[in-house]
Amino acid sequence: MPSKATIDRVQAGKDQLQFITCGSVDDGKSTLIGRLLHDSKVIYEDQLAALARDSAKHGTTGNDVDFALLVDGLEAEREQGITIDVAYRFFTILRRSFMVADTPGHEQYTRNMATGASNAQLAIILIDARKGVLVQTKRHSFICSLLGIRHVVLAVNKIDLVKYNKERFDRIVGEYMAFAAGLGFTSVVPIPISARYGDNVINQSDKTKWYQGPCLLDYLESIDIQSDVASQVFRFPVQWVNRPNLDFRGYAGSVASGSISAGDEIVVAASGRTTRVKRIVTQDGNLARADAGDAVTITLEDEIDISRGDLLARPNERPEVTDQFAAHLIWMDNDPLVAGRNYILRIGTRTGVAGSITAIKHRIDVDTREHLAARKLGLNEIGFCNVATALPVAFDPYEVNRKTGSFIVIDRFTNRTVGAGMIAFPLRRATNIVRQPLSVGKSERAALKNQKPCIIWFTGLSGAGKSTIANIVDQKLFAMSCHTMLLDGDNVRHGLNRDLGISEADRVENIRRVGEVAKLMADGGLIVICSFISPYRAERDMVRNLVAREEFIEIFVDTPLEECVRRDPKGLYSKAKSGKIRNFTGIDAPYEIPMRPEFHLRTMDQTPEQLAEAVIDVLRARAIVHGH
Amino acid sequence: MLPKHLRRLEAESIEIMREVIAGFKNPVMLYSIGKDSSVMLHVAIKAFYPAKLPFPLLHVDTTWKFREMITFRDETAKRLGVELIVHVNKEGLERGINPIDSGSALHTRVMKTDALKQALDLYQFDAAFGGARRDEEKSRAKERIFSFRSAGHVWDPRNQRPELWNLFNTQLLQGETMRVFAMSNWTELDIWEYIMLEKIPVVPLYFAKQRPVVRRRGATIMVDDKRLRLQSNETPEMRMIRFRTLGCYPLSGAIDSDATTIEDIVAEMHTATVSERQGRLIDTDEAASMEKKKWEGYF
Repeated sequence: MPSKATIDRVQAGKDQLQFITCGSVDDGKSTLIGRLLHDSKVIYEDQLAALARDSAKHGTTGNDVDFALLVDGLEAEREQGITIDVAYRFFTILRRSFMVADTPGHEQYTRNMATGASNAQLAIILIDARKGVLVQTKRHSFICSLLGIRHVVLAVNKIDLVKYNKERFDRIVGEYMAFAAGLGFTSVVPIPISARYGDNVINQSDKTKWYQGPCLLDYLESIDIQSDVASQVFRFPVQWVNRPNLDFRGYAGSVASGSISAGDEIVVAASGRTTRVKRIVTQDGNLARADAGDAVTITLEDEIDISRGDLLARPNERPEVTDQFAAHLIWMDNDPLVAGRNYILRIGTRTGVAGSITAIKHRIDVDTREHLAARKLGLNEIGFCNVATALPVAFDPYEVNRKTGSFIVIDRFTNRTVGAGMIAFPLRRATNIVRQPLSVGKSERAALKNQKPCIIWFTGLSGAGKSTIANIVDQKLFAMSCHTMLLDGDNVRHGLNRDLGISEADRVENIRRVGEVAKLMADGGLIVICSFISPYRAERDMVRNLVAREEFIEIFVDTPLEECVRRDPKGLYSKAKSGKIRNFTGIDAPYEIPMRPEFHLRTMDQTPEQLAEAVIDVLRARAIVHGH
Repeated sequence: MLPKHLRRLEAESIEIMREVIAGFKNPVMLYSIGKDSSVMLHVAIKAFYPAKLPFPLLHVDTTWKFREMITFRDETAKRLGVELIVHVNKEGLERGINPIDSGSALHTRVMKTDALKQALDLYQFDAAFGGARRDEEKSRAKERIFSFRSAGHVWDPRNQRPELWNLFNTQLLQGETMRVFAMSNWTELDIWEYIMLEKIPVVPLYFAKQRPVVRRRGATIMVDDKRLRLQSNETPEMRMIRFRTLGCYPLSGAIDSDATTIEDIVAEMHTATVSERQGRLIDTDEAASMEKKKWEGYF
């Protein structure tokens, strides 16, 4: 081919469709993708030879080539004959290139499906013609809908195994359409196919003459996805500040939606400061205009304070800015989401945002879409939640803009990505919150009392001796003319927290309330002594983060479980062991030992009096109290 | 102006690269001298313009690369004014590990995988860019863009972080590292089309030329220097060949080709019937061999 023709062919360009395939186990997803790759001629000769070898060794299709083996990459899945992770495939037909996310059908891997759906414009939902609409079909359709996919191909697969029966096909389509009616899909196109034999995959099958619609590939090639770009409103999340020398300060990022031109007025969403775009810089020269998807560097007319995480918009089209919003949340971790616990959020380019899920409004049963009451969300469960962030953040509702309305939730200790969120609406405007300033401050109150306010937090197993030691410490401080207050697990539970049980969610809420009360008392200048089992590290750290670093003193009352069980002062261990109490710390609920307590109190071989004196020594060393 | 599919891929890679510079303390870019590395480097310079490339390049040198590759590497670093770190596994070298006598598997493990881990530990890099693409190979297709490695550079495919939207989780604990595949969604054809339109220099070995070769294990191997000991029945012959992928020369199979210009290569790609990895001897040990190498820390 002459070089001019080659260059012209490349220059003509291609558009791209990202789609996902989903369905239940053994519905034939991998076989379908393998078939698409094979029939669209992107499988090379050497790969076909490898496929033939592999089919003989691992194949599940007798003497035929097993197309699933083209895509089931990892050894474990070959051996088990299942797909266990998201795989991305590429193929091109004429003017359109396709990126396919092959996602697993197993219930426990729903998080991977959500991953594949997050960037997809279309979903192929496979149904085994013999089995019809299953629980997973509904689950996956709901996730697709929730993640903003608007186009669905309902691929009724293995149509050969029901003898190409039209009535069977119509019945399945009818059932699915009834279910999908409320999911907000713009189009649902049902196609009867056989991935194994290729019926209606790249050609019309002569075995389904009753089917008049397009074959799968024709449909994928022709569907209009351009008109889907939901938002034309300009959004630019600042990714990185480019400051190579004193003469240049540029804001690097990718245009999330809409477009911007040099000279246009912009606003920094969080601060409300406005200025104009001076230049749109790229190495290939300055641009007059940048469109959605372009990665550019913007310079501004005025020097205003902008950093990574800021969202730029036009002044007349501002995003929401708030520190509380409602969102759908898909939980993706084995440890459940517990309302009140602190996590790290990432919203757009705003990373490391401290935040918490303050309330789970309801859990959604994905099969019936019913709203159910819930105190926590387990792996693969979906809830509608209230979220609070430590700082106001800028966003759009996810429905309007997938790029600026999504967030991820990261565990503070393991750094795992534990949740994926889609923002629904703001709960209040950040600008309305004005804290009541106090004219007499904490330090003034503390100075009057000749002490430093703090929270002394005793944690440990039931029966470890926390309350005994805390009481003696309280008496000693009182004798030293210190102003103290003792909060104890039992006395708080009779009043403030009377409504709470001992499930994990209730334990979190219990500690959250105690933490807030202790903080108020510390603000009043008091030394607050708290004695709580507080088994979870996350909650102890939540309280720790409520006050200044030096104001939280965590004391680990370390008594071996056997000793606590032997003492059993309240008879609780024997009840727990006989099953009369459930969720009892140390027996059938975990205790997470402190990683770095301010003081580690090993109780064996010492009297409570000696232990309390050791605590007083710590307080003296930290200048919390003075004198003897 | 680039056609839309290449513009989109370039922008996506730029976004990923900027994410790394914003999220990590000490990143490095693995530079293998091949076509993917050439594109990755070209895009990286665009990503940070007008600032200079804010991280060094690292080449893990097995000492068995084609001579033309090394020349090209040094010229490229000089031409672009970028910092280049070259790391060799000295212990492996002293033990005489080489692809001919030690076998491709051992050579690759010691001189590439182990050498890479040594270099990452030595310089305390917390993120390393690699040019691998998802279309290259089956286990690559399942790779994340931000691929998490626990302490010791271990890749566990079952313990990768879910990657939704473009919201990458870049948080690490002490000792953990990230491999970042900024070119994940490019195909081999995209790479060549981009090289053509952006006029990116690549190693001359990609272009067809008369070169001395022998046939070994069904592959066409170039006689690049005297270390390739010829067997009694082997006589080098001059053939019009080129390479689709480059690695250690005794492990890289050439293809017969008349493609002497970049346009010829793209035209050849438009009608190719074999995959690029066909020329890689290290992959054919067994079908799942790439996955095994990745578990061990290979890029």
